[in-house]
Amino acid sequence: MDFSLMQRVFPFFVEAAFVTIEITALALFLGLAIAALAAAAKMSRSTPLRAIGTLYVSLFRGTPCLIQLFVLYFGGPQLGINLEPFAAGVIGLGLNIGAYMAESIRGALVAVDRGQTEAARTIGFSRFQTLRKVVLPQAARLMIRPLGVNTVALLKGSALVSTISVVELTYTAQRFIGSTYKPFEIFGVAALLYMAMVYAVVRVVDLLDKRFAIA
Amino acid sequence: MQGLDLSVVLPYADVLAMGVWWTVLLTVSAGALSFICGIVFAVAVLYAPAVVAYPVRFLMWMFMGTPLLLQLFLIYFGLVQIGIDIPALGAGIVGLGLHFAAYNADIIRAGIVAVDIGQTEGARSIGFGRWQTLRYVVIPQAVRNTAPPIGSNMIALLKESSIVSVIGIAELVHSAQLAISETFRPFEFYITAAALYYILNLALEAGLRRFERHVEVSR
Repeated sequence: MDFSLMQRVFPFFVEAAFVTIEITALALFLGLAIAALAAAAKMSRSTPLRAIGTLYVSLFRGTPCLIQLFVLYFGGPQLGINLEPFAAGVIGLGLNIGAYMAESIRGALVAVDRGQTEAARTIGFSRFQTLRKVVLPQAARLMIRPLGVNTVALLKGSALVSTISVVELTYTAQRFIGSTYKPFEIFGVAALLYMAMVYAVVRVVDLLDKRFAIA
Repeated sequence: MQGLDLSVVLPYADVLAMGVWWTVLLTVSAGALSFICGIVFAVAVLYAPAVVAYPVRFLMWMFMGTPLLLQLFLIYFGLVQIGIDIPALGAGIVGLGLHFAAYNADIIRAGIVAVDIGQTEGARSIGFGRWQTLRYVVIPQAVRNTAPPIGSNMIALLKESSIVSVIGIAELVHSAQLAISETFRPFEFYITAAALYYILNLALEAGLRRFERHVEVSR
């Protein structure tokens, strides 16, 4: 093991890890927004909306994220969609994780006891009021864990954007191997940084879960 | 901007079919490895002495805490450095297999813990040894009870197998790339590959559902 090499490359890797964090955070926000819409569509009373929501979730969960990124980044220009690698990465990851998060959100909404909805409707709440004031506050608590699992998957999945030449942690590691021929040390440093980031996400999810748990 | 023409895919049907074949082969062999290693890891974490249990836990933690892409690079390019040279296909199967073994072990461990203690007591009292109890009584029940989540890991494995294209295994994504390098038609070929993955996925899901029902009935 060449520890001095690991020490030398460490600052560059920390910088690259911030790109990974940036791309993960942006894809997370995009994914959450898409997921909320998709979950609403899947649970709506309109048949076409339900079909669109179901199709989106099924297609994006049913095919590999890598292929989705490739279709967007390499196939996009054929349709006149020219994206920078970073933008393609964020949009691709966001669309992918959105499908998984839609299921997490829907699962939490469905898990709230039916009696809650029935009671709210009986005392005169509208469908929207029931969702907003009765079901969502209870479901939000149940979403924390599954959405946290999705976020960890997204963080690790963000390594895939190195294949469309986004200069994040994994891409940086590969570049350093080209010049040092020390894959073990280089990938070791990258792995440590990924584990640190995953640990941070898990801690935040734990804290949120405890904060909103019923005493 | 170039129009779309899906007919360019047809002459490459045999190339893509080979890709599908290798994807299936990879998924089946890595899936089997992940299942067996998953049971071994789970048993090691629960019953092995600390000198074995802790390294296994650390290994599982590493496999679950870092990207699969990085693990494949480490196995394929990194192990050469310490004198272990495995061919790409081997590295792909081992990488995918161990990655999902960690996830399977987590589930199976919970499944073993959830088997009623009376089962163990019953087996022990009719004269089964500790190992026999585990082998013939506890593990079969644990695996049966955890069939659905292990099934969803297998579906994830099928999709993640696309990543091994980066170390040069000629599976579906790699076949699509080969065709693209000759035709310069990325959209058509990647969409076709996506459709093929989707079909494989549906087939696997249907198979798993049948298997689950079978397990359900025999209980």
